[in-house]
Amino acid sequence: MKPDESALQVRGLTKRFDRLAVDALDLTVRTGEFYALLGPNGAGKTTTLRMVAGLLRPDAGTVSVLGIDALTNPVAAKQITAWVSDEPMIYDKLTPLEYLEFVAGLWGIDPRLSEPSARELLVSLGLEPHLYERCEGFSKGMRQKVALAGALVHDPRLIILDEPLTGLDAVSARHVKGLLGDRVRSGCTVIMTTHILEVAERMADRIGVIASGRLVAEGTLAELRQQNGHNDTSLEDMFIALVDTEAAAA
Amino acid sequence: MSSAAALTWFARHEIRLAWREWLAMMTAGRKGRKRAAIVGLIVFAAIMHLPAYAVIGRFADLQAPLDKSTLIVITATILLAWALMLSQAIESVTRVFYARADLDLIMSSPVKLANVFSVRIAAIALSVIAMALLLSTPFVDVLVIGGGLRWFAAYGVVVAIGLSAAAVAIAVTIALFHLIGPSRTRLVAQILAAIVGAGFVIALQIAAILSYGTLSRFAVLTSDVAAGFAPDIESLVWWPARAALGDGEALLFLLAGGLLLLGAVMAIFSARFADTVVRVSVTASQVRRGNSVRTFRAGSRQQALRWKEFVLVRRDPWLVSQTLMQLLYLVPPALMLWRSFADSSAAIVLITPVIVMAAGQLAGGLAWLTISGEDAADLVATAPLPPSRVTRAKIEVVLISIGVIFAPLIVALIFASPVQAAVTASGVIIAAASATAIQLWFRVQARRSQFRRRQTSSRLATFAEAFSSIGWAATAALALSIPVAALVTGLMTAGILAATWKISPRRE
Repeated sequence: MKPDESALQVRGLTKRFDRLAVDALDLTVRTGEFYALLGPNGAGKTTTLRMVAGLLRPDAGTVSVLGIDALTNPVAAKQITAWVSDEPMIYDKLTPLEYLEFVAGLWGIDPRLSEPSARELLVSLGLEPHLYERCEGFSKGMRQKVALAGALVHDPRLIILDEPLTGLDAVSARHVKGLLGDRVRSGCTVIMTTHILEVAERMADRIGVIASGRLVAEGTLAELRQQNGHNDTSLEDMFIALVDTEAAAA
Repeated sequence: MSSAAALTWFARHEIRLAWREWLAMMTAGRKGRKRAAIVGLIVFAAIMHLPAYAVIGRFADLQAPLDKSTLIVITATILLAWALMLSQAIESVTRVFYARADLDLIMSSPVKLANVFSVRIAAIALSVIAMALLLSTPFVDVLVIGGGLRWFAAYGVVVAIGLSAAAVAIAVTIALFHLIGPSRTRLVAQILAAIVGAGFVIALQIAAILSYGTLSRFAVLTSDVAAGFAPDIESLVWWPARAALGDGEALLFLLAGGLLLLGAVMAIFSARFADTVVRVSVTASQVRRGNSVRTFRAGSRQQALRWKEFVLVRRDPWLVSQTLMQLLYLVPPALMLWRSFADSSAAIVLITPVIVMAAGQLAGGLAWLTISGEDAADLVATAPLPPSRVTRAKIEVVLISIGVIFAPLIVALIFASPVQAAVTASGVIIAAASATAIQLWFRVQARRSQFRRRQTSSRLATFAEAFSSIGWAATAALALSIPVAALVTGLMTAGILAATWKISPRRE
């Protein structure tokens, strides 16, 4: 793999349900980058990420994950990708450790590697007292942490997260942010949608703003400020201005 | 709002909820299907008059006084209906405790909880009675048409036994809460509901096999032994039968008894209902610990999938109770098999269709759980293995489970009749494969907790699954007795499967 290769390259990605959800979207995320995808409700963020993760088939366009064509070779692309949705989908009747064992098994990870890694992940997310309890009684935040640990246990190169901080308390959110930051520092790429603009502002290397299925702005925080013409503008103000402009144009 | 007005309002709310729940069940939750569902139901009820006539038509002329054997048959039939209502009522009560999302709202509202829960108990009774009336209508109609208006009293009997079944169900469930605690009650109540529903018929069949070497329960009911044990003609035991035949006094007594029993249950248990609900909500977050010493297993991705499916099936109380019910129906044929070793009875042929039918039905339920009931669908869909291998692993789980359950019976059958064992084994494999295929063609993404409602997602799949199991069961039975006829029923069943596949939804 070339060192300058992008982690994700999306070209002309299109999806239509009752209406056009994603409109010939082009998006590039560099390797080792923390990329935040912002947008109002119904902008097409989740649909885009679900197509990248292989959960939805696009009507048109291409998706390349670390140089692998995700549409023609989905199994190879999935091997290095992790997906976490905003609604944690785990098995109520399994314990967190059993869930991670299953995920590691699905990804074909050697148990000698996956077991210590699973324990370490769960402990780092504050789930140590609950390792052997079935997930059925867990709060949404705890379930979200189990799902996140499951996404990381196979050591993915590209992590796609849809609103991962929803339902987490402040301490848990900090744990998750710390874990994601560590992954990025070790060369992993993270793409995350969030409505918490402060998280995007603090953590993201680059930010993309999507509206009506199209990328309407992209860059570092400084670049976005420059595009907006005000160096002291907050991300929230810029986001609202961009979305309002897009809505007026539509 | 006055207390009475509040109660009336809450009763209306309960009826509306029950109606919408029933409608959602009939229409699979899809809008615009209300009229089709009602028309379908009327057509179904009309068609049901034909089998009802075949089963019960000859009894329309019955007049009091009746001989003991006839009284025993009628009373046993009423008792069977009562057992089935009790089963349904236990299931409804458990659902109210564990699945209703409005309990927090009710508990936090400024209303008298005993009154509110009295209404809820009455609503459970009403829904049980409504369902029983619906199912009994074709049979009572046939009796009324053939034997006169006096048979309308049978509807009153249905209402009376419905009232008592609801009352007993509530008392039993709350007693279970206090005896074994909320977390165990859910499973035990579900198993109890399954046993109560099937137990009566199975007990009669077992008695018939042990005494007369036949699966027919009428052999026991109409026997001299049963008549010898039965109480005197004037006994209260026969009042339900007399009421059904049009005895006004007996009917009034039954209705009054049912109402009294339900009233007593309301008075005694309404206040405890609130306490029970609170205990359930506390238990909902109670922890269940798993094995803390074992290590991760090595194996292929399919093995990981199979392991997950087996663990979830094993830990699923709904499925345990459903499976138990299927297995209960296997007890009489298994007993018959055991007896046949002693007397080499020709009646052993009867067990083949029962085994094949049970295998088809059980495979359908298991296939729904493994194929459609995937709680972490995104995780499995984003795993690095082709969808076909995921599906294959899930199908393997169904077939392995069926194999484990039915292999002992078939192995036992080899000693009695190798040919019959071969036919039964083939029938089990084909029926299980067919039911699994139907679930695969009609798969929909759902939570495992929706298992109870699985039939509502596709009525067509439900009917196809039932016809397929019946068809293969009949084919297996005919293969042992009239092989040429087996060819016809086999082709017909294959035709049903082909038609089902043809009209199943197309996927990417």
